[in-house]
Amino acid sequence: MTKQLLKGNVAIAEAAVRYGLQAYFGYPITPQTELLEYLSKRMPELGRVFVQAESELGAVNMVYGAACTGARVMSSSSSPGVSLMLEGLSYIAGTELPAVFVDVMRGGPGLGNIAPSQQDYNQIVHGGGHGDYYPIVLAPANIQEAIDYIGLAFTLAEKYRSLAILLIDGCLGQMMEPAELPEMQPVRTVYPAWAARGAAGREPIIHTSIYLNPLDQEKTNLRILSRWREVQAKEIRFRGYYLDDAKYAIIAFGTAGRVALSAVRAARNAGIKVGMFRPITLAPFPAQAIRELSERLEGILVVEMNSGQMLEDVLANTHNRAAVEFYGRPGGNIPLADDILTEIKRIAQGKSTLNGHPRDRWVDRMLAANPGA
Amino acid sequence: MPANGRIEVNEKFCKACGLCVETCPQNVLGLSASRINAKGYHPVELIQAGCTGCGICAIVCPEAAIAVYREIVRVREPEF
Amino acid sequence: MDEFSKETLVYERPNTLTDFTTHYCPGCTHGIAHRLTAEVLEEMNARERAVGVASVGCSVFAYNYFNFDFVQAPHGRAPAMATGVKRLLPDRIVFTYQGDGDLASIGMSEIVAAAARGENITVVFINNTNYGMTGGQMAPTTLPGQVTTSSPHGRDVETAGFPIRVSEMLSTLDGATYVVRRSLHDPKNIRMAKKALRIAFTVQERGLGFSMVELLSTCPTNWGMTPMESLHWVETKMIPYYPVGDYKVAPVVAEIKV
Repeated sequence: MTKQLLKGNVAIAEAAVRYGLQAYFGYPITPQTELLEYLSKRMPELGRVFVQAESELGAVNMVYGAACTGARVMSSSSSPGVSLMLEGLSYIAGTELPAVFVDVMRGGPGLGNIAPSQQDYNQIVHGGGHGDYYPIVLAPANIQEAIDYIGLAFTLAEKYRSLAILLIDGCLGQMMEPAELPEMQPVRTVYPAWAARGAAGREPIIHTSIYLNPLDQEKTNLRILSRWREVQAKEIRFRGYYLDDAKYAIIAFGTAGRVALSAVRAARNAGIKVGMFRPITLAPFPAQAIRELSERLEGILVVEMNSGQMLEDVLANTHNRAAVEFYGRPGGNIPLADDILTEIKRIAQGKSTLNGHPRDRWVDRMLAANPGA
Repeated sequence: MPANGRIEVNEKFCKACGLCVETCPQNVLGLSASRINAKGYHPVELIQAGCTGCGICAIVCPEAAIAVYREIVRVREPEF
Repeated sequence: MDEFSKETLVYERPNTLTDFTTHYCPGCTHGIAHRLTAEVLEEMNARERAVGVASVGCSVFAYNYFNFDFVQAPHGRAPAMATGVKRLLPDRIVFTYQGDGDLASIGMSEIVAAAARGENITVVFINNTNYGMTGGQMAPTTLPGQVTTSSPHGRDVETAGFPIRVSEMLSTLDGATYVVRRSLHDPKNIRMAKKALRIAFTVQERGLGFSMVELLSTCPTNWGMTPMESLHWVETKMIPYYPVGDYKVAPVVAEIKV
């Protein structure tokens, strides 16, 4: 296979097809819509299932039904649409079924805007829906990774009977860059024993998330949690850049990580020993790796396209061993490499502290720079 | 001559709602005064002769608790 | 010339029901609707290719009572979930079993969209004019003036609006193939209901599109009536507002003989 120029949303859609996607159910919402549009043509021409649902509620429950049959199934949406899907995500998690979702995040809260954002981190990584459940969350930073990780999402979802969510922002969904698609893989013909496909020659299979007896529900909670601990033990993925001799590091994911890497390179050129750590699995979170970084670094800068959501997970693992600062651009804004470089320089000049909360210091700087806010 | 029938009640399912008792065209059903099932209901039973095996009790039973049998009486044709 | 007699089985519990006792109140006609559905699927030899979709409400535990594969949907979403199942398994018999709170209130979007798409599923719709499971609150189907736990002075149409006639409404959709209303209040109507279910499932088996049988049903406990009084209430109060009848029968259905 050779590289071709691909738009993020389309690349994810075609990659999913090649990884054996059997059914897609979706609903239009910017900046995710091209994924739906592409599959509306592609799936039927392959004799596979495509339905444009009446709403995100409809789409997620169609995914739920299809997942009960053991099929490889997915949906995609963007932030406000994902909010609607949370009901279904909780049910799918509670029924212990595999399903894959793509969230192409946009600015919020509310209707917000259609510009790139990372404001769904908490909603996706920390549940959002009701009850204790643990989706696997993958955060690519370029289109090649998006292609690769949609395949990984299917693999992990099915291996752990879990939700797997590809979390990208509108920038990755909309941009074009060269990337290589996988070979076409055959669609599944053998189904897992739990698949509800008609009780031919066997006892009925029931898929439900109701456990009226609290003790049964608790057993289910513990079963889901022990499966999650296996995911935590085996499936953490991240990438490090220039960390070997680093005194400081940026921690950022997705597009924010990509921009931050430019700032890191510029800082290196300016003689600052800064590296970068980019979580690929936001869940399971690379807690141990961040803990180890905090033991040897002087300062950490968390960069996000939100008001500091992953920041809390970083702080939970740095335990004041290293000073943590935050730089964020919420509301559908992409941080500029120059602005991140300025933050790196501030930290390198010793202007970071262990006192107070990094978000408060960042907000104060933001408000000072934007007196009208 | 009316057909002759009988019912078998699976007492486990019966909730003594009485729909069959009220609907029986022959008025031959009643709730048992002496029997009680695991849920505490007095299950339905045939209380007198006259069941025709029409099956209406089974049609109105919400619990599918009643099996219905009917005796078919035929005159055997003489063989030549 | 002599006589001989032979005993024949007129009726027995269908194998498409499990051996569970239901949680329904005594005299609740949910049980009749379950039984008829099970009988029809058994007669169609469909046990091994049926997948049911349970809803939320009193019928939430339907999966315990049917002896075939079942999945359980979030409140109102059964038609969407059934769509997912049916699209992946087009040769299976897929049906939802929904009450009026589930279907006509929170799930109105899903049922209308499924019918409009002509989704090749069957819907068994239980209309008993209230939310039974949560203790008898006002539903979209609650009759004007009807007392419920959330309309204690009777449904006031000035503030709570008017009941929804679901079958009539869905019958306007081109995607709907077979939409009828039947009642479970006496043996004759129960027989008619079973025949309608048989047609509805046959519509699906033949790939003819969306089918729904609305069943007027009782809720003795929440209505505060005996089972027999409840049946009478269906006949005298519900049927005048919700007439039994065929609301949408596409010409192709005429070929189905049951």
